[in-house]
Amino acid sequence: MSTSHNPSRRFFIKSTAIAGGGLVIGFNWFAGCAPSTSGSDDLPKEWFEINAFLKIGENGKVTIMSPNPEIGQNVKTSMPMLVAEELDVDWQQVLVEQAPLNTSVFTRQLAGGSQSIRQGWVSLRTAGATAKHMLKQAAAELMGVPLEELTTENGIVSHEASGRKIGYGELASKAATLPVPEDVPLKSVKDFKIIGTSKKNVDGKKIVTGKPLFGIDYKAEGMKIAMIAHPPAFGMRLKSASLEQVKTMPGILDAFVFKTYEDGYERQWSDEVSFAELVAIVGNSTWEVMKAKKSLDLAWEEIPAVDGQVKAFITPKNGVIPSGLESSEDHMKAMELASKTIATVVRKDGDPEAVFKKAARILERTYTAPFLAHNTMEPMNFFADVNAERAILVGPIQTPEFMEKSASARLGLPLEKIDIQMTRMGGGFGRRLYGHFLVEAGVISQKVGAPVKLVYSREDDMTSGVYRPAYHATYRAAIGSNNELLAFHVNAGGIPETPLMADRFPAGAVDHYLAEEWSVASNISVGAFRAPRSNFIAGAEQAFLDELAEELGQDPIEFRLSLLQRAKDKPVGKNNDYDPERYAGVLKLVRDKSNWANSAAGVSRGVSAYFCHNSYVAQVLELHMENDRPVIDRVVSAVDCGIVVNKDAAINMTEGSIVDGIGHALYSELPIKDGKPVHTNLNTYQLIRHKDAPKKIEVHFVESEIDPTGLGEPPYPPIFGAVANALYKATGQRYYHQPFIKERKLLG
Amino acid sequence: MANITIKVNGKKQNLDIDPETPLLWALRDHLDLVGTKFGCGVASCGACTVHVEGVAMRSCSLTVAQVADKKITTIEGLSENGDHPVQKAWLEHDVPQCGYCQAGQIMSASALLNKNPNPSEVEIEDAMQGNICRCGTYTRIKAAIQTAAKNL
Repeated sequence: MSTSHNPSRRFFIKSTAIAGGGLVIGFNWFAGCAPSTSGSDDLPKEWFEINAFLKIGENGKVTIMSPNPEIGQNVKTSMPMLVAEELDVDWQQVLVEQAPLNTSVFTRQLAGGSQSIRQGWVSLRTAGATAKHMLKQAAAELMGVPLEELTTENGIVSHEASGRKIGYGELASKAATLPVPEDVPLKSVKDFKIIGTSKKNVDGKKIVTGKPLFGIDYKAEGMKIAMIAHPPAFGMRLKSASLEQVKTMPGILDAFVFKTYEDGYERQWSDEVSFAELVAIVGNSTWEVMKAKKSLDLAWEEIPAVDGQVKAFITPKNGVIPSGLESSEDHMKAMELASKTIATVVRKDGDPEAVFKKAARILERTYTAPFLAHNTMEPMNFFADVNAERAILVGPIQTPEFMEKSASARLGLPLEKIDIQMTRMGGGFGRRLYGHFLVEAGVISQKVGAPVKLVYSREDDMTSGVYRPAYHATYRAAIGSNNELLAFHVNAGGIPETPLMADRFPAGAVDHYLAEEWSVASNISVGAFRAPRSNFIAGAEQAFLDELAEELGQDPIEFRLSLLQRAKDKPVGKNNDYDPERYAGVLKLVRDKSNWANSAAGVSRGVSAYFCHNSYVAQVLELHMENDRPVIDRVVSAVDCGIVVNKDAAINMTEGSIVDGIGHALYSELPIKDGKPVHTNLNTYQLIRHKDAPKKIEVHFVESEIDPTGLGEPPYPPIFGAVANALYKATGQRYYHQPFIKERKLLG
Repeated sequence: MANITIKVNGKKQNLDIDPETPLLWALRDHLDLVGTKFGCGVASCGACTVHVEGVAMRSCSLTVAQVADKKITTIEGLSENGDHPVQKAWLEHDVPQCGYCQAGQIMSASALLNKNPNPSEVEIEDAMQGNICRCGTYTRIKAAIQTAAKNL
C-alpha cells in the first residue's frame, strides 16, 4: 500500500508455527497501516504483548485485536469494547487491529448466525480481566504492596492507602512476563463503564477518507489481476475454450481452464459452488483483464443427465442435482405441486386433521418469495500468493477457518503453511461464508506462479448463484363458531430447501398444530442469506397472523399477546423455541412506543414480531401511498437482545435490517429463465434506494441484564410482515407474493 | 496505449494507458487511489462517484480520454485531514456499517451541498438516489447531510 510506514513502530505479528492456523509471515499489511483509533494518535515506541488479544505500549496506548471478520456488523468495535471494559482502560487510549486467522488462540473466527458477541461475551471479557490482573500484579511487585489493596481505573493502577499510582504503560513490560492467572472475576453489569455506552466505529475515519480497507483494495508487490468466466446458465458447463487469441491482448499474461475443487474432494458446507470448471484470465490491470474477458472464445453445453438419472456435475453428500435449464414459472408450479403431494410432517400437536374437518370456517393463504442475490456492494474478490512453501491469502471471507482447510486440500499445503488475513468486507449477508473465490484465487496464483488478486465483476457476482432460496408457504387456521382459533397448520417448502421452523410461535400456543415441509431439487445453487429461512417464514407467518386476527375480530397485537399468554400459562407440546414472556415483552414495548392505540389520520400501520438468532424483535411500520407507491413514514422497533453492548451501533444495525427488509419485501427478485438469471447487474436488479427508505426509524431496547444475544439478523425477518400488514391497511388488499411492488403492479 | 495526463486532487498525473480505460480503474490500479470503489461498472450504484469540475460523476462510465483536461477530485482529495463538513458529519452520526459505499455517498453529498447548500429532504433524496447502500444506512446519511449543511 502506498501510505508511508513509520519505521519506529514495530507492529510485528509474532511468527509462530502452530498446527491448524499458524502465522507464517512476520509482516502484516494491516499492521503496517495506521491502526484504527478512537482517540489521539500518539503511538508508543514499543509494544508489550500481554496476551493474544491485547498489547500495551509504554505510553499507555492499548492495541486490542478484534478476532472476528468484519462485515459491517461492527464487531470490530464491540468485541474490543468487551476486552477494554474488563481491562479498565480509557477507551480513548484504545487502538484496534483486525486479528488474522489464528485457531490456536481465537475461537469461532466467523461472521454468521449473529453469534460473535454472544459467544465472545465471556472469553473476550476474560482476556481483559486476566490482563488487568497481570498489570495489578506487576504494580503490586513494584510497589511492594498486596495485590488486594490495588484498584484500577482508566488505565491506572492505584494504591489508595499510600496514594501511589502507576499507569499501565509503565507496568506493561513487567506484566508481559508474568504468568497468566486462572479464574479471574468479571465485572457485574452495574459496574460497566464501556459496555452499554455508544462508541464510534473504530474504522470510521478511515472509511470516510477512502483509506484502503477492503479486499478489493489490497495490493502487493508484483501482484497480477485475475478474473473468471463461468457458464452463462445453471445446468451448463464448458464445452470448449480457445484461449490463444486472448493471451495476445495487451496486458494479458495467461488464460486457462481450471477446476475450483478437484474431482473426488469431499466439499464442506462452506465449499458451496455453482460451477465446477471456470476459465481464468490473468493480466496486469483490471481494465485490461475486463476488456480481454469480453473477447474470450468459449463454447458451453448443457450438462447431460447421467445413467437415466438427472445429475449435474457436483453431487453433494445429501443428494443429486438435476440437469436441465430451469425457469421460475416451472419452479412455481413445482412448488405448488410439491406442497400438495410430498410434504412430510415435522410436528403435530393434538389432532389437527380432525379439527379442520369440523371447523366452522377455515382461513387458508399461500405466500411466496423469489430467489435473491446477496449483492454485497463489494463484489467477490480475494488475493493469493502461493508458492511451494506457503500460501498467503488475504481478503473478505466470513469463514476463514473453514476455508483454510479447503485451501490446504486444494493447494496441497499443510495448514501451518497457510496464512489467512481478513480484510474488512464490503458486506457479507452470508455470501462470503462460501469461500470458493478464496480457493479460486489460490489455484490461479499457484498456476501462474505470481501473487494474484481475483476480482469478480458485478455480473460474475450476481450470476454466480449461492442465492437465497425460492420459497412457498401455505397457512391454514381452523376457526370455531365463536370466532376462536382451534387449529393451526403450516406447510412450507422451497427450492431447494424448506424454510419451516416447526417449533417456533405459534407452536406451543395452539392445541392442534401441524407443521409440514417439503423441498424441490434444483441446480440453482443457494446459500445462507441474512437470517436464513426466517427471512421468509417470519413475514409469511406474521402476515397470516394479521389476517387471522382480523378474521377473528381481534386487534393484531392483542391477538398475538393472547396466544403468547397461552404459550406461557399452558404450553402445548415440547421444545417450543421461544420464551413467551420475552416475546410478549417486545410486542408490548412496540405497542407502547408506537402509540398503537391511537392511529394518526392517513397513516396505515402494520405490526410484526419474531424471535430468531436468540433475540426478539417487534416492529410497527407506518406508510402512506403516493401515486401508487408506498412511502414509509416511520418504523418503530422494539428489541430484546439482552445487554446491549454498543448502544448506537445496535440502533444502526436495527435500522439497517429494517431498510434491508423493506427493500427485499417490496422490490428485489432474481427470476431465472432457461437457467439464466434474468438480472445481471444493478441497473435492472432492484435494491432499495434513498427515496424508498423510511423517513424515520425509532429503536427501543428492552432493559435487560441477560447475557447479550445478536443483532445482525433478528430485526430483519419481522419487517417483511410489517410491510405486508401496513400495505393491507393502505390499499385494502393483502400482499402474498414478494416482491410486493409487482404483485398487483403497485407502481402502475 | 497512449500517454494521457489527468489532474487528480490538484496533481497532474501522467499515465501510459489505453485512453478508453474508465477513470475508475485509472484511479484504482494506476494511481493507487482506491478510495473510489467498484460496485457495478454500469453507473447504477454510485460507489465510484468522484467530482469532475465539482460535479458528481460515476467514474466507471467516464474514460480517461474524456477527463484529460478536467479537474478531478476523489474522496482522498475532498479534504486535507478528513475534516470536510460532510466527512465530519458522517463521523458525528456514525453512519457507516460495512463502509464500502460511503466514499461514493460522501462525494455525491458534497457535490450536492456545493450546488445547493440548504437542500430539502426531497432534494437530498433525489440527489442521492443513484447511491446504493446495501447495509441500509440511508436515514443516517440523510441526517448527516442535514448536519453538514448547517456546518458549511
